[in-house]
Amino acid sequence: MTEISMTPAPSIHTGEAAKARLKKRHNAEKRLRAYGIIAISLAALALMALLYNIFARAVNVRTEHYITIAADIAEDENDFLKVVKSAAKEAFPFASGRTQRRQVYGLFSDGAADDMRNAAGAGTLETGESVERRFLLSDDVDLYLRGTFGAPEERDAQGSLTVTEDGKKILLESTAADFNAAVGVVKAGLAAQAERLREEAGRQTAGVDALTTRLPSLEGPELEDTKAQIEGFQAKRAQLLAQADALDATVTAQDSGRMKLTNRMPSFFVRANGGILKLTEVSNTTALAKPLVPSDGTQTGAWSLFSLDRPETGRPVKDFQVALIENLRAKDRIEAVTNWRFFTSSDSTQPEIAGIYGALIGSMWTMLVTFSLAFPIGVMAAIYLEEFAPRNRWTDFIEVNINNLAAVPSIVFGLLGLAVFLHFFGVPRSSPLAGGLVLALMTLPTIIIASRASIRAVPPSIRSAALGLGASKVQTTFHHVLPLAMPGILTGTIIGMAQALGETAPLLMIGMVAFITAVPEGVTDSATVLPVQVFNWANASERAFDMRTAAAIAVLLGFLVVMNMLAIILRKRFERRW
Amino acid sequence: MLSWVALIVVLMIAGSFFASQQRARGVAQGDLAALHSRPAYHGAYTALWVAIAGFGVLVLGLLLSNIAIRSALFAAIPDSLGPLSQIERDLIVSDGVAIASGEVASRSDAAREAVGARYGTLMMVRNVGLALLTLGAAAFAYMRSSAQISLPFRARNRTEKIVQVLLMVSAAIAILTTIGIVASLLGQTLAFFSDIPITKFLFGTLWSPLSGVHSGSMDPDKVGAIPLFAGTLLITFIAMLVAVPVGLFAAIFLSDFASQRARSIIKPMLEILAGIPTVVYGFFAAITVAPFLRDTGAAVGLTISSESALAAGIVMGIMIIPFISSLSDDVINAVPQSLRDGSYGLGATKAETIRKVILPAALPGIVSAVLLGVSRAIGETMIVVMAAGQGANLTANPFEAVTTVTVQIVALITGDTEAATAAGPAFTLGFTLFCVTLIFNVIALRLVRKYQESYD
Repeated sequence: MTEISMTPAPSIHTGEAAKARLKKRHNAEKRLRAYGIIAISLAALALMALLYNIFARAVNVRTEHYITIAADIAEDENDFLKVVKSAAKEAFPFASGRTQRRQVYGLFSDGAADDMRNAAGAGTLETGESVERRFLLSDDVDLYLRGTFGAPEERDAQGSLTVTEDGKKILLESTAADFNAAVGVVKAGLAAQAERLREEAGRQTAGVDALTTRLPSLEGPELEDTKAQIEGFQAKRAQLLAQADALDATVTAQDSGRMKLTNRMPSFFVRANGGILKLTEVSNTTALAKPLVPSDGTQTGAWSLFSLDRPETGRPVKDFQVALIENLRAKDRIEAVTNWRFFTSSDSTQPEIAGIYGALIGSMWTMLVTFSLAFPIGVMAAIYLEEFAPRNRWTDFIEVNINNLAAVPSIVFGLLGLAVFLHFFGVPRSSPLAGGLVLALMTLPTIIIASRASIRAVPPSIRSAALGLGASKVQTTFHHVLPLAMPGILTGTIIGMAQALGETAPLLMIGMVAFITAVPEGVTDSATVLPVQVFNWANASERAFDMRTAAAIAVLLGFLVVMNMLAIILRKRFERRW
Repeated sequence: MLSWVALIVVLMIAGSFFASQQRARGVAQGDLAALHSRPAYHGAYTALWVAIAGFGVLVLGLLLSNIAIRSALFAAIPDSLGPLSQIERDLIVSDGVAIASGEVASRSDAAREAVGARYGTLMMVRNVGLALLTLGAAAFAYMRSSAQISLPFRARNRTEKIVQVLLMVSAAIAILTTIGIVASLLGQTLAFFSDIPITKFLFGTLWSPLSGVHSGSMDPDKVGAIPLFAGTLLITFIAMLVAVPVGLFAAIFLSDFASQRARSIIKPMLEILAGIPTVVYGFFAAITVAPFLRDTGAAVGLTISSESALAAGIVMGIMIIPFISSLSDDVINAVPQSLRDGSYGLGATKAETIRKVILPAALPGIVSAVLLGVSRAIGETMIVVMAAGQGANLTANPFEAVTTVTVQIVALITGDTEAATAAGPAFTLGFTLFCVTLIFNVIALRLVRKYQESYD
């Protein structure tokens, strides 16, 4: 008898290969899941980045900066710009020359005069000689105080300072190496310059190489020309390299004497005896300085340095202004105050006095027009299509039309408004009426579609019961179906209105992009709306508009959140499921 | 003045309602059952007629008189000025109107004063005439309809008939809007193509329609829209590269992997993304994404323009994510449970079911979602106006600045050029945009409809 060994054949479900297969399949599943999570994280990340970017900028608008100085205000004053100017002159008598005086006036905003005018109009303006008063600072100074151009870096002084007048300049001598940092900056600047020269020399070398390769193929006068060119390049290169070496030698030297700080380098200031000086030439222990704010006479001997990393040429607030501001800041003369102006004033070319009030009112008028047209028409169209329309080609055509209108780009509605409402019917340009009409046409499909869904959701039993009791079709619809569908209709309407509130493109077409400072008093006045205000400010070149744009967006988003919350509450509380 | 008239009409509507109601009661002499319709219907019937007559005359009169006054003002331009171009005539009329309404005119001379004076008298006549006409019509409607009140008068049936007609008219506004769009775009487009051959517009590669336009008419060689189409397509393509994978995977995750709790967090988040106005996305693109890309590019040695197609495309993609994900989520959820159960019963994993069963079944819906997304991206305006370039640039390089159809429409309409000149190319671009998005939408809606039928 032969013995047959019976080893069980490996099952296709339990063998190694099967396990590997199963693992592969499970891994595929994990991968798909991971892709989903990644996709959602990306979307969340984008949302976070967007909201963070907006709100981080927007919070800056919560305050504005004022300076307190004395002003002479006559009882019957009406030229308040002059008051500000003379107060500025009074406060900074040491400003000399046109440039410095202009920089002094540049500290103040036109809003300072506006404030006085408004106070005078309201009868609350304090008049008299040397009245201490808060003056609004200009947008650039405001940005400086927020650290947009870098915060001043304070450096304590180690040694004691000797000050001697040296002609127009002032010679500063310290017993310790207090000006080291400034020297370092100068040296870094020189090293960078040397580096640039070497790069330039490298380009000359490349030119020489390129011409040299062409030499064999040339003859006659061309050959001579090229040779001359090569020599020219070589000479230039030698010169550049020599310059670079000289610069490097200065940088590496232990004591290279006093070196110039140019206005393309960071600025260094010295605070001493209640005044502020700007360093112009530095070595490790000595410096030449230019007085910006003269000493107030105190002789404490204490002194300190501060520096601004951004060079003077790279910021709108100049060194003289920095000195004035820092001097007053140390005396607590500058304060940040809650900014209500942003909500109570209209658009302006000057960022510090621009606000969203006009745009808010404009949006309100526009939404009023949109709502009073789109809501009744939309609901009536939906009722017709759901309850009364016969099923025929005409009705189908209307349906197809509505669905297509919902997807027509908004800018096309703007063109329609421009051609039909403005040019044909003569509706006033950039008025809330024109804007509201265009937005109503745009919102109509949204409202119709939502209303139809809501009306369709009302069960037929309601209709049958009403009809059975003898109500007419119209009575059934208006007395029974419509009230039951109303929560859903309102939800859809609010969502449509929220879309309309944020819409910009069609309004640009009908001229709402114009610069308008007046608050509209009716639907035919020129007006702007919140999203268009956002667009205008986002295009403005002044940097201080950035945070105002963000703040206007925050307000807009706030309105949208409130409207959507309202829609959600309506849906949750009143919508019935059948 | 006319807003007061409107207010009076509103008061008349309310008044006529109550008056007719009372009158019906009076006719019934205490026996309301003797009336065919209840008194409120008599009131409503009268009020509806007053409203239709009053507002109808007011609105119609306003529209017609605006058109008439405009042509009268053109006629009021003195002939002594000799032949004038349409632009000059437009300017004289708008200045005249400005003078008459106390606004700032660009220039003031005898012709403008004359037009202004004419405008003043015409407006005066219009306002008084229209006020009288409106109030007269409303009063007439009241008298006519309230005279009909009697015991057998079928006020309810009449009212309901009027209401039904009003409902139908409301529904027809959708059609009127479409007609308005097509008519306004088509008129300008045809006028534009009467000067410029359509082939030059569709296939030309140089877009600079306003250069040299002051010397006369437009140069047909400078209105080639290919760079705009290419730019639009480039940005749309980048947007879809972002939106389709993210939106689709998010939809798959939401419908088949996410727990109820995760859904309740993720769905509102996507809805927030959908609810953010496009001008906000534009600001985000221009002030954050574009500088970020430029600096990142500079750090790795790439030159990325600060108005690059990439920045606008990415942000547009973010905007379209919720659109794709919610539409895809809907179609994936609409795949019948029996298909899933069948697949699971054969031992397929979830991933295999999704890949081999659900996605193929949902494909038409997903394709239509993508098509709708593309149509949105093509028509999107604010993001590209704020973050993309102004100059036409024919390139496929996403790091360079390109311009789009919508950007050029905005630039033409809001620019300094006379409206009459800029309208031609702008409306032609608008018409092209309308047609292209319409085609995408129709295909998408057809796909969805066809797909829905196969499972019902």
